Amino acid sequence: MDLITIAFYFFGALTIVFGAVVVFSKNIMHAAFSLLFTFFGIAGLYVLLSADFLAITQIMIYIGGILVLIIFGVMLTTRITGVDVKTGKIGKMQLAIGGVLSVLIAATLIMIFTTSAWHTADSKPIESTVNEIGTALLTNYLLAFEAASMLLLIAIVGAAFIARKKH
Amino acid sequence: MENVNFLYDLLGKNIISVVLVISLPLMFVLVYALIAILAELKVSAWIQERLGPMRTGPWGILQPIAEVVKLIQKEDITPDKSSKLLYNLAPFIIFTGAYAAFAVIPFSEYFVPAGINLGLFYIFAVGSISAIGIVMGGWASNNKYSLMGAMRSVAQLISYEVPAAMAVLSIVVLASTMNMQEINKIQSGWFWNWFIFGGPGTIAKLWVIPFTMGLGLIYFISSLAETNRVPFDIPEGESELVAGFHTEYSGMKFAMFFFAEYANMFVVAAVLTTIFLGGWNSPFNDFMQGPIWGVFWFVSKAFSVVLVQIWIRWTLPRFRVDQLMYIGWKVLLPLSFICFMAISLYVMLK
Repeated sequence: MDLITIAFYFFGALTIVFGAVVVFSKNIMHAAFSLLFTFFGIAGLYVLLSADFLAITQIMIYIGGILVLIIFGVMLTTRITGVDVKTGKIGKMQLAIGGVLSVLIAATLIMIFTTSAWHTADSKPIESTVNEIGTALLTNYLLAFEAASMLLLIAIVGAAFIARKKH
Repeated sequence: MENVNFLYDLLGKNIISVVLVISLPLMFVLVYALIAILAELKVSAWIQERLGPMRTGPWGILQPIAEVVKLIQKEDITPDKSSKLLYNLAPFIIFTGAYAAFAVIPFSEYFVPAGINLGLFYIFAVGSISAIGIVMGGWASNNKYSLMGAMRSVAQLISYEVPAAMAVLSIVVLASTMNMQEINKIQSGWFWNWFIFGGPGTIAKLWVIPFTMGLGLIYFISSLAETNRVPFDIPEGESELVAGFHTEYSGMKFAMFFFAEYANMFVVAAVLTTIFLGGWNSPFNDFMQGPIWGVFWFVSKAFSVVLVQIWIRWTLPRFRVDQLMYIGWKVLLPLSFICFMAISLYVMLK
């Protein structure tokens, strides 16, 4: 086993183990902080796939943005409303539906994985992905890029409107 | 990518050289933190017309070692109702976030631990890991002052990341690379080739100099806020919050917070040095230029920035929360946008 393979299994294990903690932990803060390691593991997997820009974006957006927001949300709601946010008991109905759905999704994924013809090529070191991503975003995918930026702008204006003081 | 590491050249790429490359900045941080603590004690004393520590060693230069010994001896207290696991984990997460940034800092022409192409972007990304650590410590302490301090700290970190990122982005536009080593190479030659003076170019670059200088200032102010230094130290304002998010910590765990703060100060100073002050380049063309001198220039420039941070800490009073948000969003952010537009225009015309 070479170093890359070991690193792959390490990051894979990190992602799955802490993902499991997120799902099964009774303490919602522990679940939120476990997401840190899950996101980090996914970023590591991106690095192994030579997607360096995507990996750093993953850390920036998910750890720096979304995770901080989740933690703030949990922290503030618990302290303000006085209700302890906890994962509740699972009802039988939910368990049954969840189980069936999980088995279906897993079966589909395994079926796709086994039946697809995987075209493999030798990995070659990529000089830099950010230049290609930038060029692609401003040429072939310009419309999608602009649509996403408009959506974000609307979200920002909406958030500012909701958050400002009522007169 | 070319080989940019003298240790790999000397030893080849094996486990020993990799470990050495990883741990060399750590040794640097430990020594640097001791010097910075001494500088903080002495500079504060001189500004207030005191002598500062004088008993330990000649002129008190052994004071930081005494402080570390003191911190090691202290009892390690864990609050009774705290969340033990997260409480003990938080100092390590914060230090990891601070130390991770050292992976891309170019100390010299021949020493950068990992010369990745996205260096600057990476530094901003790992900065957010420290933010998580701060919330973790503040929440797990089960203390309202800690929690308030942590929330203020993260709010401030997120707000000031935006103007800092705009300042860095403008320089990325000017240099058209995010690789910190490349940015240094562009700025070689005399000191007027530094990006704070508009980067290398003809006489036409004169009109862009005010904007680059403004960006340098914007980045410096934002970096003060990101490292929770005075005048932006409301997260640990002693008169309001005892000590902010690390109120409950003692002994070595408190020392970890301390080291992380000083490491963070060096990281922002190193970024400022690299993107605005020419990094490891000598200010005077070929005078004292070279790989070993590079370390000297880099460390002395970065340490000068750290000294300015200390100087400001003991000179200015603290901002209020609303003033802090006002400066971040209504002053620095629009100004950084204006500078960004001006620099983009300059690059398009060039």
